[in-house]
Amino acid sequence: MKRFSWFNATSLTLGFAFLYVPMIILVVYSFNASKLVTVWAGFSTQWYGELIRNEEFLNAAWVTIKVAVMSSTIATVLGTMAAYVLVRAGRFNGRTLFSGMIYAPLVMPEVITGLSLLLLFIGIGLDRGVLTIVLAHTTFSMCYVSVVVSSRLVSFDKSLEEAALDLGCSPFEAFRLVTLPIIAPAVISGWLLAFTLSLDDLVIASFTTGPSATTLPIKIFSAVRLGVSPEINALSTIMIAIVTVGVITASLITKQAAVRQARDERMAERPA
Amino acid sequence: MRRFILIAVPYLWLVALFLIPFVIVLKISLSDVALARPPYMPQLDFAAGWEGFKAFFAALDFENFWFLTTDDLYWKAYLSSLQIALTSTVITLLVGYPIAYAMARAAPEWRPTLLMLVILPFWTSFLIRVYAWMGILSNEGLLNQFLLWLGLINEPLTILNTNTAVYIGIVYTYLPFMILPIYSALERMDDSLLEAAEDLGCSRLSAFWLVTIPLSKNGIIAGCFLVFIPVIGEFVIPSLLGGSGTLMIGKVLWEEFFSNRDWPVASAVAVILLLILVIPIILFQRNEQKQREAEG
Repeated sequence: MKRFSWFNATSLTLGFAFLYVPMIILVVYSFNASKLVTVWAGFSTQWYGELIRNEEFLNAAWVTIKVAVMSSTIATVLGTMAAYVLVRAGRFNGRTLFSGMIYAPLVMPEVITGLSLLLLFIGIGLDRGVLTIVLAHTTFSMCYVSVVVSSRLVSFDKSLEEAALDLGCSPFEAFRLVTLPIIAPAVISGWLLAFTLSLDDLVIASFTTGPSATTLPIKIFSAVRLGVSPEINALSTIMIAIVTVGVITASLITKQAAVRQARDERMAERPA
Repeated sequence: MRRFILIAVPYLWLVALFLIPFVIVLKISLSDVALARPPYMPQLDFAAGWEGFKAFFAALDFENFWFLTTDDLYWKAYLSSLQIALTSTVITLLVGYPIAYAMARAAPEWRPTLLMLVILPFWTSFLIRVYAWMGILSNEGLLNQFLLWLGLINEPLTILNTNTAVYIGIVYTYLPFMILPIYSALERMDDSLLEAAEDLGCSRLSAFWLVTIPLSKNGIIAGCFLVFIPVIGEFVIPSLLGGSGTLMIGKVLWEEFFSNRDWPVASAVAVILLLILVIPIILFQRNEQKQREAEG
């Protein structure tokens, strides 16, 4: 604490102002009565009303949520399997290629991922729409899930699993009854990460979608290209509000879970 | 058997939806444009058997790559992507380091909250965070209004649709990627080392240069790569905040594909972009591995 100087206080204040002021301005101007986003003309919620009546946005929001739920769920299953393979399966033929394919999508520019998947879908004659976006999103987000889950699996005490096996569990039962409950927080945060990545994605969705499916980011992007509009501000505000509530709730829950786990561990360690 | 299924399912998924698409890009980058659907040739004709294969490979060539070298648009786009990525990485480091440093020096009970405040923008839509700057930087935007009100300028500055706006957008959206690794390096630092340096006659500033900076080196390197690598292929920021003069390869690829409908050239652009990225990615992996070994 003694080294916490004025310099530090200033850099924290300026840094967080830089991170948050643009978003606050965005939120404030969503309640602006004027169509001009830059001139303040009094408080109004009319843009929210127009947003709710805008069918195109509602449809896009629905498509986006459907895609995000499906892709993040499949990605969580595949990603957890992949993490288990990376950490527990030992050596097998093609392991290097496998771990390469898990890490490469994390650093791959979205334009390349999008382009290559589109060329695949055209090559095999798959109609582009919700299905192709789900396939695309699942592929890159399963890699994020597997990174999150494998970091938890690495720090996990393998002897617990072995104990379950010694006591007569099948490998699957041992996974379900011992491993899964312990890695559950990582699996859940993997799912949340996959869900947000899917909600957020513009580039890969633009490449892999067809005329039948427009996601919210695609819709926002085409609206925003023409300039700033108060309806988009209103939409952004709703999205920011959902994320903020979600992140704060999640951090409170994990904090509670950590406290409970620490207490349980203390109880377990106490000599009988 | 179970083990086989466990390995095979994610493996095959990634082969089908990551590796094979990649091979297709490579193949199309060697093909020619054709007025057909799909708009490139040759097509592999399986029915023709071995002869079909031979004809197929004979028709592939590096013409598109030659084309990229003759038109200086592409050279300029690659170079300017690299230059924009490098400059914005340096700016992000200069902005991010003091924040990470101050966070690591804050009282321990405050750190989780500060950390959450850095991570929160991560979860907010990237598109929305870039969009937020459009209203601020435009000619009638709040920044210009503010500067006019202060009397610093007499007429609005043109910031939106210039490279300056692109830099602001990149620094803003990628700042958490820089702060987090530096913070985690600084947080682990032992304060007594600084006291020792000062006891041995270092001034505060030289203790910072000689102790703090070297100890946070790995965080700095990781942060820089985490900004530099994705920025090279960035599309959203240059297309919303940049102007017609902003050349970035992600945008060029997008336009080549969607506006010019030249798939072979778009694929060739993608292959070269990937070749450029291989070097920083390998360096980054090495740094990460070294760090893991040092900790383990």
